Amino acid sequence: MSPVDFLRDLFNPDLAFLPKALVIAVVAAIVCGVVGTYVVLRGMAFIGDAVAHAVFPGLAVAFVVSGNLVLGGTVAGVVTAVLVAVFAQNRRLKEDSVIGVFFVSAFALGIVVISRAPGYAGSLQQFLFGSITGIPDRDVYVVVLTGLGVILAILLLHKEFVAVTLDREMARATGLRTFWLDIALYVLVTLAVVISVQTIGNILVLALLVTPAATARLLTDRLGVMMVLAPALGGLSALVGLYVSWSWDLPVGGTIVLVLTAAFLVAWVFAPRHGLIAARLSAT
Amino acid sequence: MTAVLSLEHVDVDLGRRPVLRDVDLHVEDRQLVGLVGPNGAGKTTLLRAVLGLVRTRQGRIMVADRPVRPGRSPIGYVPQRHAFTWDFPVSVQDAVMTGLARRIGLFRRPGVEHWRAVGDALERVRMTDLRRRPVAELSGGQRQRVLVARALVLRPRVLLLDEPFTGLDMPTQEVLGELFTALARENAVVMATHDLASAVHTCDRLALLNRTVVAFGRPGDLRDRRVWMEAFGVSERSPLLASIGIDGGVPAERGA
Repeated sequence: MSPVDFLRDLFNPDLAFLPKALVIAVVAAIVCGVVGTYVVLRGMAFIGDAVAHAVFPGLAVAFVVSGNLVLGGTVAGVVTAVLVAVFAQNRRLKEDSVIGVFFVSAFALGIVVISRAPGYAGSLQQFLFGSITGIPDRDVYVVVLTGLGVILAILLLHKEFVAVTLDREMARATGLRTFWLDIALYVLVTLAVVISVQTIGNILVLALLVTPAATARLLTDRLGVMMVLAPALGGLSALVGLYVSWSWDLPVGGTIVLVLTAAFLVAWVFAPRHGLIAARLSAT
Repeated sequence: MTAVLSLEHVDVDLGRRPVLRDVDLHVEDRQLVGLVGPNGAGKTTLLRAVLGLVRTRQGRIMVADRPVRPGRSPIGYVPQRHAFTWDFPVSVQDAVMTGLARRIGLFRRPGVEHWRAVGDALERVRMTDLRRRPVAELSGGQRQRVLVARALVLRPRVLLLDEPFTGLDMPTQEVLGELFTALARENAVVMATHDLASAVHTCDRLALLNRTVVAFGRPGDLRDRRVWMEAFGVSERSPLLASIGIDGGVPAERGA
């Protein structure tokens, strides 16, 4: 299928789900790219994975009671993130152990809850691997507005997040509330995950958070550039991924992730200063 | 002259472990005080108590005649270099600006006066030329200067330095020592260090710490080898005493 055919399908009234899926996928990828910059720079990939899994019981409960998926996922993700932050205060346990305990148990709870719903297998697959059909119009508005809210919050709290990431002790010494800033970041990661789950799925959403930001990190030494480059790469990959998925009838979530991974590999080899070739050339 | 920083009968426990007991320390304006002692003596804990990051079990800590409060007291803190995430993609001036994050206020962006304060701080540590360089590309001595500038940007009355010479070669230590001496002409400076030779050479007062302040005074006045032996838990034949000129001589102090 040529890009022109894809464009034609996007405007075909019989395929109304396709432009909605495109908007949601691109917005989700852009928001995850911005939030993911902090996830990558703070070494929070495991927390991102945990939050991604933790939203599952909330989605499952919302699905079973026919409630709002975004709200259900957000509540579950935030509750788990707060539990991790509180339990990690106990210095006998490292944070990754606490995360390991809570994200698996949250995911297990989600499986138990959704198993009570009719059509259990199909719903589970939709949650885990994403789907581009059956997205109501209301969800498009919710995703766009939530995405704008997340980006605005990141812009407003940017200098505090940078200060805490650079030097936590100093941030506390200057009076910044590091605990609440951690919670705020977890909530923003949760929201980014929740708005992405529908198209890309619960298992693969971590790629939207980590891969564009990691790719951008290979390409620049400037935080501001990285925070523009990561969402741009994410949004472009979502567009290309959806096109490839539609053209060859491939699963959309998996295809987007493979496009992201391809971009990462290209950057890993060809990045101007930190790529494989540049490193070899500077070594000789 | 009144003390700008004073600790009176301060006890600090970490968990159930007593770390500091009955600490008395008074630092005057424009004094460079070296806080020296063996590993585990409580040097870093004392600095953290002054910052309000650990609770005191009892006693009183006053900065500029007011009880210490995190983020409110006029204190600049220079942590050990490994506490900073050096591979974070920010420039020198952006890293220094993070010192002002709380003062600028939530949801607000740095203004002209904040950038001016950053410029002044970088000038004081002679890093103006490198202000746009990524922090990852700096040498050890330059990194130490960035941390000092980040502390100075708050225009503190008291500057706390935690092991500023660790991992630096001798020429860099000498240059930094001169910088700290210059800063002590305008602020009170407290420097925790295990580098005795640098402390004796650089500081105009020494506080010998081992859970409590064993002795306090000018390096040249601290001649009694017994206080050094008590503070460091060493025998009278220890090379440590010889290394600082206690073994029959007098430590060579700054300005002596």
